[in-house]
Amino acid sequence: MTTSALIMMVLSIGILWGGLAWAILRLRKHPDVSGAGDDE
Amino acid sequence: MSGEDADHGQPAREIDPGEAVRGLQPGDLRAEVRSENSDAVILAYGQKREQELCSARVSPSGPGFAKGRSACYRNLVTASTKNSAPERETWGKRSAFIIAAISSAVGLGNIWRFPGVAYENGGGAFLIPYLVAFLTAGLPILFLDSAIGHKFRAAPPLAFKRLNRKAEPLGWWQVGVSFLILTYYSVIIAWALGFVWFSFGRQWGDDAVGFFTGDYLQLADAPGVTFEFVPAVLLTLLIVWIAAIIVMSLGLRRGLDRANRVTLPLLVIVFVIIVIYAMTLPGAWDGINQFFEPDFAALANPGVWLAAYGHIFFSFSIAFGIMLTYSSYMKRRSDLAGSGVVVAFANCAFEILAGIGVFAALGFLAFSQNVQIDDLDGLSGVALAFMTFPTLLSEMPGGAFMGVLFFGSLVLAGFSSLLSIYQVVTGSIQDKTGWSTRRVAVTVGLAAGIPSVVLFGTTSGLNVLDVLDAFVNNIGVTGSAVATLVLVAWVFRAVPSLRAHLNALSSLKLGPIWTIAVTAVTPVILAVILVRGIAEYITEGYGGFPTWFITTIGWGAIALLAIFSFAMSYRKYRRADAETFVPDEPEQLHTEMTDLITVARETSAQRRTPGGTR
Repeated sequence: MTTSALIMMVLSIGILWGGLAWAILRLRKHPDVSGAGDDE
Repeated sequence: MSGEDADHGQPAREIDPGEAVRGLQPGDLRAEVRSENSDAVILAYGQKREQELCSARVSPSGPGFAKGRSACYRNLVTASTKNSAPERETWGKRSAFIIAAISSAVGLGNIWRFPGVAYENGGGAFLIPYLVAFLTAGLPILFLDSAIGHKFRAAPPLAFKRLNRKAEPLGWWQVGVSFLILTYYSVIIAWALGFVWFSFGRQWGDDAVGFFTGDYLQLADAPGVTFEFVPAVLLTLLIVWIAAIIVMSLGLRRGLDRANRVTLPLLVIVFVIIVIYAMTLPGAWDGINQFFEPDFAALANPGVWLAAYGHIFFSFSIAFGIMLTYSSYMKRRSDLAGSGVVVAFANCAFEILAGIGVFAALGFLAFSQNVQIDDLDGLSGVALAFMTFPTLLSEMPGGAFMGVLFFGSLVLAGFSSLLSIYQVVTGSIQDKTGWSTRRVAVTVGLAAGIPSVVLFGTTSGLNVLDVLDAFVNNIGVTGSAVATLVLVAWVFRAVPSLRAHLNALSSLKLGPIWTIAVTAVTPVILAVILVRGIAEYITEGYGGFPTWFITTIGWGAIALLAIFSFAMSYRKYRRADAETFVPDEPEQLHTEMTDLITVARETSAQRRTPGGTR
């Protein structure tokens, strides 16, 4: 692979898969309270 | 007859004594009827039991009349809410919504569209406009769709009606778009299901193109609508429709949620196996190199940016009701933006994975045929899946097994997306008619399944699908997005209240950048894409098809959508709270969320401390 292609591959995987990991971890820090209380 | 309800300060509805009252909503229960033969006040209601209850308890001459009447109102309101229509289902936990939304977003387009679009628009450099589009269009519209659905607790037509009475046709337009997509999307899944079977013996032999269009589809020579059915397509199409109707008849939790919990993990596992295997093939890394090699000069081309926005927009399943409908089934206190970000990143992460897998496989094909990837035909869409992939599976060691996995992944990805499109239609019809889940699922299944079989299970199916898909996506969906953004942001000026709703519930707070994205950036870019698309179809036609065919199938579908949207808006709603619904106040939601999160955190901390309750 060329260096530029490799950089773009690492960047894209890093941003998108890293973003997914960040979003999941972030959500886990906020408890799911949708089912609590007298909800529908 | 009472003209005003003294206790509640609202005008009473005029009803004659003894009149049978049907279809009353909770707000109507404030009506009262004075009987001619006695002093008893009878509160009119459609059900005799409640009438008797009230007449027995209320007497205008007795002491405590006002108090008794007030209690009676409360009883009736409660009774009406419980008796008038089946309660609207909700997702169980937050994870159910997230899995469902990812299952919907990750569809055929992620596997066969993204790699080709990226490759043709600058390769690795395409990532830059792609990420910009992701942040400025994909996420913002996803949040907007979620906010409308969740705030107004309904599928598109009723949600838009609650936003503004005049906006209901826009909701029906989205339902119409979903209905049309439902009819042909099911056929592609049926083809994939057929190819799972063909993969066992690699029945396409050395000529995958001829096998697909000739032996399998028996494609008619001239464009037109034939009614010559193709038994092989018909069989798998019926299987897809029966499976979809069964799942949808079971409802949101027992059907859709359970199906998604099976199909999504299975899809990810199967696709990871495909990608890892493809990367070990000779020539695979040349293919991956081609996919990621950046052509930065392409960034100067506005067409590349429009392609990125167009792709992100289709990839997220936004603006034709799916995310709006799914969000409407979330519980009142749900983290909308936090969940939406997970869905968006999961969709794009899968897309990148698909790009690597597809181009690794194409690299192998180019290597085995001793050509460059540039020289290969059919790098996206139906051609990639049913012509190019079978060709490379013929050359691939273990191609039969990998074929089963590849076409199986198309079936899984497509089926879960099909269910989400189906839900837009069933949810909307259910809001309108108040029918049971099973009744509406079977009715919609038959209403979409029959034209699906008649139009696409025939020798002209591929041609009709090609034209209909182009017009529905490029005009139907893009037009819907532009209309939604213009109406919500500019005409009804609802963006601030929707932002307040999102921020009251979400762990991720949206600022002015989101407002700018949905009021300025995205509507302008999508309007440009829409105008370009319409101009191209008018001046150049589409795909070399004759004008009469494009006019009938393409423009005809758009005209039908417009008629359907307005015609459906004139029908009355049967859902009990259709007219009386009042959205939650953001301040109250925020207070409730904050209190519940504090309690949840305290409980969690208590469990972690030694001696705490476990």
